[in-house]
Amino acid sequence: MYATSYHRASSVEDAVKLKSANEEGKYLSGGMTLISTMKQRLAAPSDLIDLRHIPAIRGIRIEGRKVTIGAATPHADVAASRELAAICPAICKLAGHIGDPHVRHMGTIGGSIANNDPAADYPAGLLGLGATIVTDRRSISADDFFTGLFETALEEGEMVTSVTFEAPEKAGYAKFNNPASRFAMTGVFVASTAGGVRAAVTGAGSSGVFRHPGFEQALASNWSPDALNNVAVDPSNLMSDLHANAEYRANLVKVMAKRAVASAG
Amino acid sequence: MTKVTLTVNGRTMSGECEDRTLLVHFIREKLGLTGTHVGCDTTQCGACVIHMDGHSVKSCSILAVQASGSTITTIEGLAGQGELHPVQAAFKEHHGLQCGFCTPGMVMTAVDLIGREGGKLTEETVRAGLEGNICRCTGYHNIVKAILAADAEMAGGRQAAE
Ligand SMILES: Cc1cc2nc3c(=O)[nH]c(=O)nc-3n(C[C@H](O)[C@H](O)[C@H](O)COP(=O)(O)OP(=O)(O)OC[C@H]3O[C@@H](n4cnc5c(N)ncnc54)[C@H](O)[C@@H]3O)c2cc1C
Ligand code: FES
Ligand code: FES
Repeated sequence: MYATSYHRASSVEDAVKLKSANEEGKYLSGGMTLISTMKQRLAAPSDLIDLRHIPAIRGIRIEGRKVTIGAATPHADVAASRELAAICPAICKLAGHIGDPHVRHMGTIGGSIANNDPAADYPAGLLGLGATIVTDRRSISADDFFTGLFETALEEGEMVTSVTFEAPEKAGYAKFNNPASRFAMTGVFVASTAGGVRAAVTGAGSSGVFRHPGFEQALASNWSPDALNNVAVDPSNLMSDLHANAEYRANLVKVMAKRAVASAG
Repeated sequence: MTKVTLTVNGRTMSGECEDRTLLVHFIREKLGLTGTHVGCDTTQCGACVIHMDGHSVKSCSILAVQASGSTITTIEGLAGQGELHPVQAAFKEHHGLQCGFCTPGMVMTAVDLIGREGGKLTEETVRAGLEGNICRCTGYHNIVKAILAADAEMAGGRQAAE
């Protein structure tokens, strides 16, 4: 690892100020992506601004059916929240299958979505729920937030502070793990929300997480796994790599979508 | 150089290190506690698992400065007064190790798992709990057996205490 300087931010304002004073610096949340990448010398930030000790951006708040999850909330806390499981069990299940227990104790929702790995789970969950990403300066809808492979709408120095969503009527998530890395080789999140049916696919698209309008239309008229039988999944925009080619992934997308609907009940 | 202070296995310990120093190197090289191992550089093997503020974490992917101020338990902190922790005893009894390289991480993972889900573990939940730990020797079978036995023993102990 190259040399770096560590700063522990005490508040959101403090963190943003530290970031703007250190242009080559990076925010550090759970470090499960960033420290790993720095160890490989694939990233070399001059400074690290640690967000884990800012109480205001940690924890889950539920008001009626409105859910707010602080950016520095670890995956394990989302997985174990009884209050959240009572109104949106699918997001708890999603969080509980990220990586392994030790990764879930450190890794956070803010870090996961800011990183926007094309095989990460939360991008599918938040796009499927129609969530809103709140930053230090504005609110961004999930539809506008995830813009490509490891790309988001975040501006230079912009920091995610929380994500919010309305608990859906029902929702489900199904993931086909890469057995070595545990990332999604394909994961599909489906939700029936106040704004309509949404279906989001991760781990498969060649430009990252995407919605599948064909699934959404079919499920809007008939919420059942069988409704997806005749919906086509086009492999031309899907990834091919050593784990799976695009045709194989296209089949997985459909199978995972059906399992997600079945798990939603 | 930055000063890092940790409470390790019940004792307050400090040392100076670079900001880029990994917690596992700090523990092994500055504090001389070499029970915590390094088995990979991809955050996947779990040989380095310790407890930080009561949760299992991979100490190879945390900076020592990030951990400063926290409470740490390493494998050296489990046995009390010369007596093995029930999980350590179960690994011995059920032959849950061969070369032993993965064992500190396996034991720390098992203690965390029993702490969270103790009394209701099954073969399936134990195997899921070991997803972040790799063993090149045992085939996992006896590790799972040892953890289930320790869970049953510790649940019995808890009941007796109530
Ligand atoms: C062995 C292993 C298995 C894994 N398996 C999975 C898996 O199955 N599914 C999955 O989805 N993920 C998986 N991950 C990734 C894991 O979920 C990471 O925790 C997550 O992607 C990054 O979150 P973090 O809090 O660790 O962020 P960090 O590593 O601290 O940061 C990641 C990036 O986001 C930026 N950042 C962090 N917080 C903010 C913020 N609040 N605002 C703006 N930018 C920010 C950082 O500057 C950095 O560029 C795995 C990781 C490992 C090591
Ligand atoms: S050494 Fe930490 S996971 Fe392998
Ligand atoms: S006993 Fe040798 S690696 Fe597990």
